[in-house]
Amino acid sequence: MVISNIEVSPGYFRMRLTAPSEIIDSRPGQFVMVKVRDAIDPLLRRPFGIFDMGSLTADYTGGSAQPFLEMLYRVVGKGTAMLSVLHHGDHLDILGPLGKGFQLGDPSEEKILVGGGVGLAPLYFLAKALVSTSRVRLFIGGKTKEDILCVTEFDRLGVETYVATDDGTLGSRSLVTDELERYLADSKCRMDMYACGPMPMLRAVAEISRRLQVSCQVSLEAYMACGMGACLGCVVKGHDHSDNFPDYRCVCKDGPVFDFRELQWI
Amino acid sequence: MSVEIAGIKLRNPVMTASGTFGYGEEFATYVNLEGIGAIITKGLSLKPRAGNPTPRIVETPGGMLNAIGLQNVGLEAFIAKKAPYLRAISTPVIVNFFGNTLEEYGELASRLDRVSEVSGVEVNISCPNVKHGGIVFGTDPEAAFEVVRLVRESTIKPVIVKLSPNVTDVVEMAHACVDAGADALSLINTLTGMAVDLEKRRPVLANITGGLSGPAIKPIALRMVWQVAKSVKIPIIGIGGIMSATDALEFMLVGATAVQIGTASFLDPSAAQTVARDMERYLSDNGISDVKKLIGALEV
Repeated sequence: MVISNIEVSPGYFRMRLTAPSEIIDSRPGQFVMVKVRDAIDPLLRRPFGIFDMGSLTADYTGGSAQPFLEMLYRVVGKGTAMLSVLHHGDHLDILGPLGKGFQLGDPSEEKILVGGGVGLAPLYFLAKALVSTSRVRLFIGGKTKEDILCVTEFDRLGVETYVATDDGTLGSRSLVTDELERYLADSKCRMDMYACGPMPMLRAVAEISRRLQVSCQVSLEAYMACGMGACLGCVVKGHDHSDNFPDYRCVCKDGPVFDFRELQWI
Repeated sequence: MSVEIAGIKLRNPVMTASGTFGYGEEFATYVNLEGIGAIITKGLSLKPRAGNPTPRIVETPGGMLNAIGLQNVGLEAFIAKKAPYLRAISTPVIVNFFGNTLEEYGELASRLDRVSEVSGVEVNISCPNVKHGGIVFGTDPEAAFEVVRLVRESTIKPVIVKLSPNVTDVVEMAHACVDAGADALSLINTLTGMAVDLEKRRPVLANITGGLSGPAIKPIALRMVWQVAKSVKIPIIGIGGIMSATDALEFMLVGATAVQIGTASFLDPSAAQTVARDMERYLSDNGISDVKKLIGALEV
């Protein structure tokens, strides 16, 4: 059931909903498949990264503790447009959590999060898991200030945030990966990187990781039908993939989070 | 609720369609595999296949197009890595397979004949997404006859032939398969379709065309099952956009002995089990003692 569905920036929504009890066991980087309405059109479920999750207390529900889930999504098509008009009390069918999440890594190392636009979605849940033990920095980029989401929420967690926009309306006028490189050039820390966003950004982050020999996990988005490795619609090429030795990985089941070295970036 | 297809006893008439249920194992967390009539595994070839480039799938009104390109682990990996898991469950396992050549169909059939976990085979002569991926066999009655006869001679296991709807006369294809010794027919495979991106002026799928499945194709599937069922004497397995027990029972009325659940398993991994359970409920609510009484019971 939808608890709230708020437009946090033009075209971007943050939805909180009651969730199946399995969601309590979800890990940062995992996702859910959502049936946006009980009809044959749109037919397929939509995948959404888990932005946040937790449990509503008995005080709020008036009964037993109720697991909840939050999604951050951008209206890009028919399915998300239908989601965006839902209100408190509307019902949604949720399947999940699915996929493999982020490895949290060594707490003593600095954690660098890189997000592009709505790719920020799984990074908030991740940041929540990391801040108690590690220093966390977030690099966030977008075309314009309206694509920069939820910075206040990260601030509240104690995450240091670096913003870059293409038009300079917020933060520095540059690519988020340029901002990231500027920081890394001066840093002497050992660190882990975690990235989610559009493919060109991920490709640039992977290249930086390779060059500086920094560990990096990327969370991919893909068009998928089932979310559990059956439809084979969401595959990406593994590092050693070739026509003669195919190595396709399912984003849904083998990911959505991959070590960047597992994948072919060309 | 039990039915029999070519000597394979099914606890209920609901099977999972090839390519929509992996090798069974993927779905075990979400569905009781013992609650399904039979599992039909992802289309198998002699050698592993990479499949097509992406995008491979796209949603369409009431359906989806796919052009996966028959990505699969190949016969040897299936026997070594996938079959052992299936040994532990009592549900019959039917292996869907395809060859690039006539000889490959024969070799696959004879090698699967020796795999004890396999209750029967479903011969794919109809996948529309691969050059030589069976389509030549699936649209030409003489070629279909040749391939089915070779498979028939290569195995003592029950032989089901999966028919393509992308033909002028599906009944003629059905007869060719019956004459060649098929034990049962399953239909329909996906309908060849296409989706276009206006902004990019490009096809949405990397393969340009793909196979349409889902509720959108149900009326066509019902019509074809009806045409074939009244014309042949072997059992028919109805496939095409089945989302509910109502859909499944409609297929049985037009002459199907069993059904396969395909795209619906993508939406709900337990769809096959749910359809079987709801069919049972329909039978008891309507005082029907045996599901077999509905097979071909359409009044026209």
